[in-house]
Amino acid sequence: MVGYLTLILCCQLFGEVIVGALGLPVPGPVLGMALLFIFLLVRGHVPEALGSTADGLLRNMSLLFVPAGTGVIMHLTLLSEALVPLSLAVAISTSAAIIVTALMMRFLSKAAADE
Amino acid sequence: MNNLSETWVYLSASPLFHLTLTLAAFQAASFVFEKGGRNPLLNPVLGAVAIVVAVLALTRTDYFTYFEGAQFVHFLLGPATVALAIPLYRQWHHVRSSWLAIGASLLTGSLAAVASAVAVLWLAGSSEALMATIAPKSVTAPVAMGIAEELGGLPSLTAVLVIVSGIFGAMFGPLLLSLIGVKDWRARGLAIGTASHGIGTARALQVNETAGAFSGLAMGLNALATALLLPILWGLFF
Repeated sequence: MVGYLTLILCCQLFGEVIVGALGLPVPGPVLGMALLFIFLLVRGHVPEALGSTADGLLRNMSLLFVPAGTGVIMHLTLLSEALVPLSLAVAISTSAAIIVTALMMRFLSKAAADE
Repeated sequence: MNNLSETWVYLSASPLFHLTLTLAAFQAASFVFEKGGRNPLLNPVLGAVAIVVAVLALTRTDYFTYFEGAQFVHFLLGPATVALAIPLYRQWHHVRSSWLAIGASLLTGSLAAVASAVAVLWLAGSSEALMATIAPKSVTAPVAMGIAEELGGLPSLTAVLVIVSGIFGAMFGPLLLSLIGVKDWRARGLAIGTASHGIGTARALQVNETAGAFSGLAMGLNALATALLLPILWGLFF
């Protein structure tokens, strides 16, 4: 358990270091995810203890966004000034992205299956 | 009474209180979410943020004091993002067989997110700075903030819009996908992750592992694609 938590943190650490050193446009943890993924490809399977450590983290992932979300209190004035356009923009754009991505994926998967 | 206020002074200065507050608020919001039949309007992240904001306002606590305690929870976002490699690996056979469809869908979806958000603000006559602030809002917060800064927006406001987009997608994404009749978990996950990054991914993981894996993949790829392409695209228009 501790061993695999160390592995996860090492992936993040290497991710952060590489991103910092090369000035890459992705965040360290995203590169860390790629590194852990490569580890799994080499290993050929997910060790059981790593699986349960990761599942424990991911099951409660929603909780981890609460501190960042609370940051809204610093922008209440700015947000209230442009509340209508910003809400409309977030709602329309998030919906559009979901619909376009899903329909495109369905269309392309079908096209590939029909070939 | 004097003792009580002394205790409060002590507690409010230590990280314990705000850490506990964060966990308790999330527990309460999750309880309401479950009791309410997982109604999307009762989204636990939204509920927990509302409770914490109310407590901070009542106790006149600023965000930085709160964050001293909450940082321990916030820190785990990094390891959790790394851990997304596991569902991705478990679903790798799905990903490998349709990588072209995944890439093309992701790019069109990402473009739709940026173009529609900027278009709405442009129609509303907003400033260019505000448009730059909202443009990267479907990308995970640390990347979105970096892009907003590069385009001349306000990074900290971008972070708020990113979170709101995440919550919106987690709330209404599944409903929208059912309305347009997309049942394939791969397409559903990809769509949620492209539009709503980690918050959408957290929600998708609770519903289906394939959807969660595709959502995590979409989140990572969209961060990369937007960071590389948006600044170039922006230069063509502004």
